[in-house]
Amino acid sequence: MTTAIALEDVNFSYDHRPAIKDVSLSVDEGEFLGLIGPNGSGKTTLLKIMLGLRTPDTGTVELFGTPASKFDDGARLGYVSQQSSEADSMMPVTVREVVEMGRYPHAGLRRLSADDHEIIDDSLARVDIDHLAGRRISQLSGGQKQRAYIARALASEADLLALDEPTVGVDAASVDRFYDLLDDLNGSGITIVLIEHDIGVVAEHADTMACLDCELYEHCETERFLESGVLERVYSSARVVSSAGAVAGD
Amino acid sequence: MSAESVGQRLLAREEFAVVASLVAMAVVAGAFIFGVFPTVYDTFWGAACTTVDTWLVCSGFLQRGFTAGILIGITAPVVGAYLVNRQMALIGEALAHTAFGGVAIGLFVGATVPRFDYPLAFALVVATIAALAMQYVAVKTDGYADIPIAIMLTGGFALGIAVISYGVTFHATVESYLFGDILFVPFENVQLMVGLTLLVVGTIALTHKQLLFITFDREAARLARINVPFYDTLLIVLTALVVVAAMQILGAILVAGMLVIPVAAAMQLTDSFNRGLLLSVLLGQIAVFGGIFLSYWGDIATGAMIILVAIVFYLLALVVSFLLGR
Repeated sequence: MTTAIALEDVNFSYDHRPAIKDVSLSVDEGEFLGLIGPNGSGKTTLLKIMLGLRTPDTGTVELFGTPASKFDDGARLGYVSQQSSEADSMMPVTVREVVEMGRYPHAGLRRLSADDHEIIDDSLARVDIDHLAGRRISQLSGGQKQRAYIARALASEADLLALDEPTVGVDAASVDRFYDLLDDLNGSGITIVLIEHDIGVVAEHADTMACLDCELYEHCETERFLESGVLERVYSSARVVSSAGAVAGD
Repeated sequence: MSAESVGQRLLAREEFAVVASLVAMAVVAGAFIFGVFPTVYDTFWGAACTTVDTWLVCSGFLQRGFTAGILIGITAPVVGAYLVNRQMALIGEALAHTAFGGVAIGLFVGATVPRFDYPLAFALVVATIAALAMQYVAVKTDGYADIPIAIMLTGGFALGIAVISYGVTFHATVESYLFGDILFVPFENVQLMVGLTLLVVGTIALTHKQLLFITFDREAARLARINVPFYDTLLIVLTALVVVAAMQILGAILVAGMLVIPVAAAMQLTDSFNRGLLLSVLLGQIAVFGGIFLSYWGDIATGAMIILVAIVFYLLALVVSFLLGR
């Protein structure tokens, strides 16, 4: 099996405050990794480093065997962020136009072709939002919006999908359907890295889990991970009282 | 890496292709405005004048004014659509004020050396430099984004006033660049505007996808390995070109209105960015034609009337969108 993401001794700090300390981690192609950790533990930062959106202070990052800074096949990467992009609260742009953006890295400066449009149609249908294609993206519910961003990644034919707490503010029924969709995508060979605060959900869907709190505590198969006791260790520390409550509730 | 493969990598790069196309378009546009355009222009207005024999289409002043207005009604909303949705609506205003500084320098130099009496060329250079500087400052500092805009806006204007008060310039000339004057568009300025319009529209047609992507979602665009700083710079330079072109009709003070108001109106009426782009051009044309006719009919300043008509249509769009329950 080949490696999708490989981090080696990665360190990253904001204004001399370390956010990521000596993290080494590798994600195989086809793996579904659930990344958990208390608030402010550096999960989002680590995810952005994995995707080459941030450069670590020290250490190396490889995407599909190429150093992340030199990796230029943007079409292979899909990203669904926690709060959807800044401008979309107002901007007039339809769901279809957003999904079309997935084809942009393929098209470069040329016009979108009939093939591109076919792939866009398929992507919209696969996440069940083809009936919303003409709607302004800001008028969609949270769950529908996240599906649109997944469709953009599908249109891009991404084989690595990174999601940062994608279901915050999404109603429970849509959350279940959303995770079924992720399972389905993972089943078709797409590597998934998921940040999620709901440990129960991660445990149910991910192949492997990793726990981060500035340092990486553990990264192994989900079952072994749950038995390792790392959750109790990380979440029982005093500075994460609120998260610990959430875990106990699961 | 060998020199050859470096060369290939460079040639394969999208940014290189964009810059090369820009240069090629500039050459073609230049050849067109000097070689072909004067004939096309005379033929068109000659035919228009024989068909509808009124002073409105037969006066050379108004022919030049109409042509300039139509071109502004295309380029300003097109570039404005990206700017508005990036919350950069006022950047056009800042660039227009620095362009005014360039005009002042141009008038001063032109008064001393008549061979260089071409203020808009100076405006073009100064506005482009200001655009690049603003982009540089925005990237290098992490203050609020409107601070460099405010500094550039007042700084450019201050420079203009300083140069004008130092040199000896006709007030009428200065005023025409401040407030715009449709009766004061010499043919070489029409030529310049045609060239700039070709360049701006051609570049947008080529890079629309990239500009839309960075406008909507910068992070995702970076992830897709689109060179975001490059396209930021491209957009701001295009804005500088549009602003200089629009200054003669609207004046430095009113230019931003044409970048913003038709786009704001179109945004009320459609959910699609691409349809919004076309609609804002249509609304831009309505504002230009309406403004010119009303200004002729009521003997009122043209630039002001264009902006007021645009605002009326914006208000109408608000009402329509309210009635449709959006």
